[in-house]
Amino acid sequence: MNIFKFFNRQRTAPAARERLQLLLAHERSSSGSDLITLLREEILAVIAKHVQLDNDKVQVKIERSEFVSTLEIDVELPLNADLIAA
Amino acid sequence: MGKVVVVTSGKGGVGKTTSTAALGAALAQRGEKVVVVDFDVGLRNLDLIMGAERRVVYDLINVIQGDAKLTQALIRDKRLETLFLLPASQTRDKDNLTEEGVERVINDLKRHFDWIICDSPAGIERGATLAMRHADVAVVVTNPEVSSVRDSDRIIGLLDSKTAKAERGERMEKHLLLTRYDSNRADRGDMLKVDDVLEILSIPLLGIIPESMDVLRASNIGAPVTIADSRSAAAMAYFEAARRLAGEALPIALPSDKRNIFDKLFGRRAA
Repeated sequence: MNIFKFFNRQRTAPAARERLQLLLAHERSSSGSDLITLLREEILAVIAKHVQLDNDKVQVKIERSEFVSTLEIDVELPLNADLIAA
Repeated sequence: MGKVVVVTSGKGGVGKTTSTAALGAALAQRGEKVVVVDFDVGLRNLDLIMGAERRVVYDLINVIQGDAKLTQALIRDKRLETLFLLPASQTRDKDNLTEEGVERVINDLKRHFDWIICDSPAGIERGATLAMRHADVAVVVTNPEVSSVRDSDRIIGLLDSKTAKAERGERMEKHLLLTRYDSNRADRGDMLKVDDVLEILSIPLLGIIPESMDVLRASNIGAPVTIADSRSAAAMAYFEAARRLAGEALPIALPSDKRNIFDKLFGRRAA
């Protein structure tokens, strides 16, 4: 039993190494101020000025990868959203 | 003038206190005059690891506030003539740890000791930043595990920006002490290897302390592992790390593999 597990198991250390390198590259470059977080807050604030935002209808996704980060903001606007805000 | 060393890590439970005691004792065993200082106000443990928990009368905060003289608060080790402990307060609030107070005590200690080894609390709060504040050298204790490596990276950033040395524009000397290392698990690809950690943190290696039952056994009896079991693999690794800290250029060997092929195949641990 043990012997089969020993040969079949995936090595996990390389994954640890890659995850750390990626994470630390981001943490080192954004020491303290995180641009993506700042953008998220300001973009949502601008939208909220014109439209009543329903928190349940806002989806924010951040993906940090090796060379680029993406910020995806998905806001569902009801037909009469502008009326509600006004 | 003595050299001030901070033993730090960010993450808790990686072996700061164990390493402070072992390195301090190892240096004292070479005949140097050493004081180990506990900065973990409210959660002191260095006294327990050193086996001096029943002899604590005054602490660091008593000295800072002028309730006790430094000489009254220092506890001399019963086994080593040149090893002393300055305990942390268990009951006082850590806000009593003032920056000027700490500086005054450290400067006093520098006049009387060759080595002042500061055991930092975990985290990046006041206690941790004050422990590193006046250091000449930092020993960053890290386990070969993702959360420990990440926190060490954070601490290295603080050492390079928030210490008195960094603020004077000088370079803080930093060393990596890799603890709880298991060569077998690293060989199997299930633990970060020494080179992985070194490449990620890019600071020079002070030593590799193998995962060892002897460390727990030493703490059970209240003795630094270099005193409790000086022939154990962990103690030898600490002795070598202490020599490197004192400036010797020793080659670093991986902790030896004590298990045979039979044990490896069936996943048994060596005694």
